[in-house]
Amino acid sequence: MSILETKGLMKSFGGIRATDDLTLSVEQGELHAIIGPNGAGKTTLITQLCGTQMPDAGTIHFKGRDITALAPDKRARLGITRSFQITSLIPDMTVLENIALAVQAREGSSYRFIRAAAGIPAIRDRAMALLERVGLAEKAEIETRALSHGEHRHMEIAIALASRAELMLLDEPMAGLGPEESARMVDLLTELKGQHTIVLIEHDMDAVFALADRISVLVYGHIIATGDPASIRANKEVEAAYLGEEA
Amino acid sequence: MSTRTIATLVAMALLAVLPPIFFYTGNAFWLDLATRLTILAIAAVSLNLILGYGGLVSFGHAAYVGLGAYAVGIPAYHWLYGGLESLGLATTSGLVQIPLAMVVCALFALVTGAICLRTKGVYFIMITMAFAQMVYYASVSIEEYGGDDGLVIDTRSELPGLNLDNPIQLFGLAYLSLVVAMLIVRMITRSRFGMVLRGAKGNAERVQMMGLNPYAYRLTAYVISGAMAGYAGALLGNFTTFISPEMMDWTRSGELMFMVILGGASTTGGPVLGAAAFIILEEVLSHFTIYWHLPFGLLLIAVVLFTRGGLMGFFRGRK
Ligand SMILES: Nc1ncnc2c1ncn2[C@@H]1O[C@H](COP(=O)(O)OP(=O)(O)OP(=O)(O)O)[C@@H](O)[C@H]1O
Ligand SMILES: [Mg+2]
Repeated sequence: MSILETKGLMKSFGGIRATDDLTLSVEQGELHAIIGPNGAGKTTLITQLCGTQMPDAGTIHFKGRDITALAPDKRARLGITRSFQITSLIPDMTVLENIALAVQAREGSSYRFIRAAAGIPAIRDRAMALLERVGLAEKAEIETRALSHGEHRHMEIAIALASRAELMLLDEPMAGLGPEESARMVDLLTELKGQHTIVLIEHDMDAVFALADRISVLVYGHIIATGDPASIRANKEVEAAYLGEEA
Repeated sequence: MSTRTIATLVAMALLAVLPPIFFYTGNAFWLDLATRLTILAIAAVSLNLILGYGGLVSFGHAAYVGLGAYAVGIPAYHWLYGGLESLGLATTSGLVQIPLAMVVCALFALVTGAICLRTKGVYFIMITMAFAQMVYYASVSIEEYGGDDGLVIDTRSELPGLNLDNPIQLFGLAYLSLVVAMLIVRMITRSRFGMVLRGAKGNAERVQMMGLNPYAYRLTAYVISGAMAGYAGALLGNFTTFISPEMMDWTRSGELMFMVILGGASTTGGPVLGAAAFIILEEVLSHFTIYWHLPFGLLLIAVVLFTRGGLMGFFRGRK
């Protein structure tokens, strides 16, 4: 069953067609990788899926419901979360506070004025458990801006996990990571695979081919092929458009 | 205990102890100064909720202080000269005037905030200032309440068990109100609501992506802050027994902003330190020279530029 479906999505910036008649179907529980050259429109697709940018035309359905016109926070409440290609955290809060905010957003109303947020065990414990999981527990009390790029990337994943989202949109989680950190991220994603439906955008082909159940290839805003890793590897058109230039 | 907490407690202790000494030694002038400082500190604390913790640079906060003062002055005026009896607004009762001040300001914050908060950055600053100037010009144009000349408050608010004509009692009320205001802001900013407000200041897009709508939280904070400033205005009206549009001028809003930033935005005690430093410096410098505005301005700019986080920046300790 497909959890996410786009039909005929279009988005232009001036003369640039960043998304061009894009039709995509993501199956429940799969890890669906989207690859494509720089500027192919991958991030633009993510922003439309999570609602920060509106498509010029086309529809987006999530679990059978038309969400094309829904605001980002409402989509998040339905179970869609994203991580950002360019790290997007709350720099002047501690690592723990960042994750705790994501946990609290998920656990009931945030219109609570009396109790100190830091003193609520259910939120704190869950946030600490998530930091544990991405290997950042000992950094909990440090201000976020003081962490390294690699640590920020892992925080992004912890926040995505905090939302318990069914659908995680991950925009290049390995961008700028060293080999060791990349390996840790692959381990983490392997662990997450199967528990969440994941749309993974990634330039690291080894990681993509190791992790993905299916791969879609995006070129000039249009999907030119979708299939399992083996068929994508064998696809001549893909090779010409994209994989060829890497080799 | 962090050094900031200690600094705040010391400042609050001094503010509790000195004014009664001034009073019993017949130093009416210094007691007056302390009362004015305390009332403006309440306004600064309320501004800090949105400016410091919310990152919303509102340049119209004096309008709330002025509206709060008029909510004392106008009922007192009608009580003396007639009119508005049918609305129950011809009264000197503080139990009517003070809630009125807060409700009027909350409503004004709700209506203008709903519009202002759709804008960002410089536009937000300009539009908050524009709304405040609207109130300013409205008060200038209403002849019945003195227009440009202002309105004398002949009778102070009557409160059970309190006599606000007695300067030390008025100070006591202002001081307790300041403590309560500080505790409320502290509580709110540490709550789950406060986490969203602070998070949206740091990165609104991320907060929205977590499923929280920053607009709603900001508007709520804006209304709370407005109501608190209205309360401060009601006290200020009782203190000065005179209100004029000048109290709502944009330069007054600027002074409140300066107090917050000078003392240390997004800290519990910062606005109080800022208000104290501002009022005391203004007083001292104006004794030395009539050209005190220039050195005063330069000093303020120096503090803001060279102490990270205002005066509270001096007390940067372990959190
Ligand atoms: N807000 C915008 N305004 C104008 N042009 C934009 C905007 N966002 C994206 N574009 C353009 O749309 C195209 C697609 O950009 P996008 O960021 O989606 O590519 P991408 O596939 O994510 O690339 P990368 O691999 O470099 O991250 C590019 O040509 C880009 O310059
Ligand atoms: Mg991109």
